[in-house]
Amino acid sequence: MVVLSERAAVRRLHDRLGFGPRPGDLDRGFAETRDRLLGAGPDAGAAATPMPDLGPPPDKPGKDADQAAKQQARKQVQAQAAQAADWWLDRMAAADVASVERLTWFWHGHFATSEQKVRSPRLMLAQNRTQREHALGGFTDLARAMVVDPAMLLWLDGSSNKAGKPNENLAREFMELFTLGVGHYTEDDVREAARALTGWSAKRDTDGAKLVAKRHDDGVKKILGATGDFAAQSFVDLVLSRPESAAFVAGRVWFRLVSATPPPADTLNRLVAAYGRGRDIRALLRAVTDEPAFRDSATSLVKQPVEWLAGLLRALGVRPGKLDDKTRAQLLTGLRGMGQVPFQPPSVGGWAAGGAWLTTSAGVARLHLAQQVTEHADLGAVTKARDKVAAIGDLLGVDAWSDRTRAALAGVAGNVRQLSTVAACAPEYAVSG
Amino acid sequence: MTIVQQVNRRRFLTATGVTAAAALAAGATQVDWGRLMSAAGENPLDPDAGVLVVVTLYGGNDGLNTVVPASDSAYVNARSELAYKPEEVLDLGEGLGLNPGMKGFKSLWDGGQLAVLRGVGYPKPDHSHFRSMAIWQTASPETSVPTGWLGRWLDATGDDPLRAVSVDPVLPPMLAGERTAAASLPVGGLKLPEGALGKAFEGLGAAQAGEGFWQARAARSVNDLHRAVTTLGGSTKDKGKTQPRKGELAAQLDVVAGLIEAGVPTRVYSVSLGGFDTHADERGTQQRLLTELDGALTPFAQRLAKSDRGKQATVLVYSEFGRRVTANASQGTDHGTAGPVFVLGQGVKGGFHGAEPSLTDLDDGDLKLTTDFRDVYASLVEDVLGTDAGQVLPGHSGRMAGLFT
Repeated sequence: MVVLSERAAVRRLHDRLGFGPRPGDLDRGFAETRDRLLGAGPDAGAAATPMPDLGPPPDKPGKDADQAAKQQARKQVQAQAAQAADWWLDRMAAADVASVERLTWFWHGHFATSEQKVRSPRLMLAQNRTQREHALGGFTDLARAMVVDPAMLLWLDGSSNKAGKPNENLAREFMELFTLGVGHYTEDDVREAARALTGWSAKRDTDGAKLVAKRHDDGVKKILGATGDFAAQSFVDLVLSRPESAAFVAGRVWFRLVSATPPPADTLNRLVAAYGRGRDIRALLRAVTDEPAFRDSATSLVKQPVEWLAGLLRALGVRPGKLDDKTRAQLLTGLRGMGQVPFQPPSVGGWAAGGAWLTTSAGVARLHLAQQVTEHADLGAVTKARDKVAAIGDLLGVDAWSDRTRAALAGVAGNVRQLSTVAACAPEYAVSG
Repeated sequence: MTIVQQVNRRRFLTATGVTAAAALAAGATQVDWGRLMSAAGENPLDPDAGVLVVVTLYGGNDGLNTVVPASDSAYVNARSELAYKPEEVLDLGEGLGLNPGMKGFKSLWDGGQLAVLRGVGYPKPDHSHFRSMAIWQTASPETSVPTGWLGRWLDATGDDPLRAVSVDPVLPPMLAGERTAAASLPVGGLKLPEGALGKAFEGLGAAQAGEGFWQARAARSVNDLHRAVTTLGGSTKDKGKTQPRKGELAAQLDVVAGLIEAGVPTRVYSVSLGGFDTHADERGTQQRLLTELDGALTPFAQRLAKSDRGKQATVLVYSEFGRRVTANASQGTDHGTAGPVFVLGQGVKGGFHGAEPSLTDLDDGDLKLTTDFRDVYASLVEDVLGTDAGQVLPGHSGRMAGLFT
């Protein structure tokens, strides 16, 4: 195992608990950086970028509505969805302590819900607000909120789940993908769990979800070996109390923040102990960063497109909210080309990882996106520097350029925008080493 | 180089006789990546809409050495040194096995995702590449018509050329309608900058000794990208070559997967692999090509299975004809007739469809068809594209029953 230098470990803290370092961030030590990222201090940058009020989605045109009316309604929803995604990117770029946004992003991928089916950007933002509220808090609160979240109910057909006419979608995914993992429940458990979740209803044009008593099955259910009149909250508590749940949640965090290789048993035990009875996400994250593997150079991760872009925006001081509409739209188009748009995960299983982000088409999109960002970047520090190749590396927080990349960058050192564009696409920056 | 070796995609496309398609003559709408991504943003793919990905194998793929009746004595006798032994092929049951190069197809078959349609062809087979490919692409065996089958689907369903996209440099005739033609995503689709910027970016693709796993992968992806752009681009330079460049189909499918996942509202994609005209020393060449097909299509299918949008896609793989049952004197085969067609996707009922043609009851040395290719098209038009097949295949009532679950 090659242990990262202190500076590289600090950089990794920023990569994994945030979106990469901003200029100056790497001058702080590991402990101080971690305390800051896992602290709960005020955040002026976040406060200055409040979530927009999108209003309700347009009325759904009736069956007899003409093509133009349907097209019009669709366009309005698309515009709202773009506004929501634009806002989040801007928040990611603006937040002083990036960990809250980074973990909100993690939970968005974990409880993967897509605007594609929800068709209410406002409800997507409401879910986002809930995930942010609990991002570093208690998993119990987060899971309880998600199981009756309006966007989630629309996404996984919770609203169609009624006494006598159960829909198992939400119950199944909740156990398989959100809290327990496959193999730790039976088909009977899914059926019975669906009964516990009956009655919850959400509508696109209203804010909250509500429990409709007469649609709820209040009979006795037998789930995971326990018998009782389970409802949404007691079902969540039951599932989270299973011994497999803590290991599952810790494993998912590990997968996204440390390595695609699952943690060894002793590591997992330590993580689960830190997570504890309080299901404390913050404590779990702290334990993750205490692990020797966190400082192992081999536990590298390919940055997801949104992580890569948010990091680039932060490092280069570009704020999507301050760009003109056209340029801002190009950022989303670029992300779409790379395969990842906020609020549009490909399925309930969430986004891919690793090599899936290194496709040929994504490579073109990355280059174009980097060009757009560097066009608006503050590159004064690079322009002034004598060794411009080293300076752009410092600005991006890259540990060190390889000979290969240094040679490539030398060819564009005379043009700082091109230099920054190529640097942003370098393997050393596309991957969090 | 013999005449037959010069058979290539461009010559097919210009010689198929689909001449009246004004759109073809005028040049198809060329779109770039950015326009498709904008379309995905403004009007994303309907979650209930099926997507059809058509893979054309140019040159006439030898069906009998693709889905191989290895233990059939008639096959062994007819093919002699060209024959695969039963232990060499990947067993599918019913006395048939896949070419050894198709290990990924075998895993898709085992997963119930691959349908093997046997003995697919058309009546009164024509042994000309050009005529036969024209028949497959126009779906009109009896008379020459100026429109492709998916071109007629375009005509029947609106005006937007983005509904069908060809990732070939040249638009295949099947995508040309009378009024509308598909868009093509050619040279400029994956455009990379030129000059110092392009050169520096390309430099990132060089291997670096001692580099970590993912960084090395990232570098390789930049290298792959440049290769893909060279391959998919340069539409005028490389067309004299018989052999497809390595990785060409994979690069095309990679683009298609990206477009589908991004929610581009395109319903039909066309990609291709050439070089199947194996008159001599066939075994090695064909196996290499089938291995390339397998290596491109398997990860594509696996990738699609991972996303909701990917699951909306169905893939069709066909060639203009199979080869004759009996090998020729130069360890190759000459132009034949019916052959296997592959269909794969989430809604596809895996397994065999249609009867295996007899190896002894032949039509002048050729296999007799058991399945009319128009039945396959009609089912794809109705079950994947959701359009009444009568508009696309007028007067044809046959359907491939049970192809979809």
